[in-house]
Amino acid sequence: MEFFKPATWSEALAIKAEHPDATPIAGGTDIMVELNFDVRRPGALLDLTEIAELREWSAVGDGFRVGSGVSYARIIEELGASLPGLAMAARTVGSPQIRNRGTVGGNLGAASPAGDSHPPLLAGAADIEVASVRGTRRIPAAEFYKGVKRNAMEPDELIAAFHIAAADGPQQFAKIGTRNAMVIAVCSFGLALHPSTRTVGTGVGSAAPTPRRASDAETFLAGELEWDSPGPLRDSVLVRFGELVAQAASPIDDVRGTADYRRHALSVMARRTLGWAWDSYRRN
Amino acid sequence: MRLRCKVNGEALEADDVWPGESLLYVLRERMGLPGSKNACEQGECGSCTVYLDGVPVCSCLVAAGQVEGHEVTTVEGLAEGERLDPVQQAFVEKGAVQCGFCTPGLIVATHDLLERRCQPSDPEIREALAGNLCRCTGYEKILDAVRLAADRKAAS
Repeated sequence: MEFFKPATWSEALAIKAEHPDATPIAGGTDIMVELNFDVRRPGALLDLTEIAELREWSAVGDGFRVGSGVSYARIIEELGASLPGLAMAARTVGSPQIRNRGTVGGNLGAASPAGDSHPPLLAGAADIEVASVRGTRRIPAAEFYKGVKRNAMEPDELIAAFHIAAADGPQQFAKIGTRNAMVIAVCSFGLALHPSTRTVGTGVGSAAPTPRRASDAETFLAGELEWDSPGPLRDSVLVRFGELVAQAASPIDDVRGTADYRRHALSVMARRTLGWAWDSYRRN
Repeated sequence: MRLRCKVNGEALEADDVWPGESLLYVLRERMGLPGSKNACEQGECGSCTVYLDGVPVCSCLVAAGQVEGHEVTTVEGLAEGERLDPVQQAFVEKGAVQCGFCTPGLIVATHDLLERRCQPSDPEIREALAGNLCRCTGYEKILDAVRLAADRKAAS
């Protein structure tokens, strides 16, 4: 097995162009499990941890460009105030040791439907910046996930960063698991209220072949919310929102839960997160 | 590959390292440092926790090739000669050990917690140690030891 350890981004892109089968590794929290258990023997590993710019983030316009190698721990610590939905999801990733190593870039590369960062990226309408020697392009999160553990990247591309607007309203994230740490989501839900555009963002995790938005639920809720004179939410709105979020999913029965349970849990999480987010909007 | 890195302050080399093997394997099998324990090999249990460039990580999830030129501190590097680190001393005094397999990882994780928070609350302790599993389920004594180490650190 070859082990490439580029020091610069352009070097990494050149290696990926020449060795499209090389498996990128950053925090190693997915790849090393496969290697340790002999599940996979990639022909080459492409270590991205020496590339300083992947570990950087910067404020751009009304949001941020966050390098794909910024750890979950740093997202919580350094960006939590501006990206509360993503930070909440990041806090549910693994354990402190895993959050110190794991990256959003790794979540995107693995494209598991259960990845914790996907719902807030969808709810926050993030763009994924991918690059190759041919150039750089931005893929909206909603178009990035293509199938179970498949994404929209070409074999010669690497994930450079994601772009996401700073929260302009309350954001929430909820996840079902058997304990508070070290759990793969049974299902998860991310919600972002956007008062500035009177819109709503959602992301459903671990309840379909890919992470996905609940578009009908977003449209319904955006029309029902009384943004200018926010009163208490009617129960009928909460219930309908929950139903529409559950309907957006197409879950399966597996070891972590049944399809029925996932649909039920999604409707409950949708109602609860909406209640929390709306209460917070009314207070401000 | 020949792997060169700094471990517990000392520049070390290991030959014939497969770059995809884990840092944990390198430490235990090639560098004679068996303090970090090999239990789950999937980042679930924290028994292999070490500092990599000052940040606690599961050494089973770090590829050997990624460590080239970097700095590692293991549980063996916490004591100063014969003098135990205060965290180790507290674990001894409180009997926070049953089979002992999770202890090295818990000590490194606790050491890091007390570097960041000198008087952690119980929920903060639980959160900081959430990635370290004790199969004997002896968590009460472990929490006692963390509180003792924290109190001593605050008093010193």
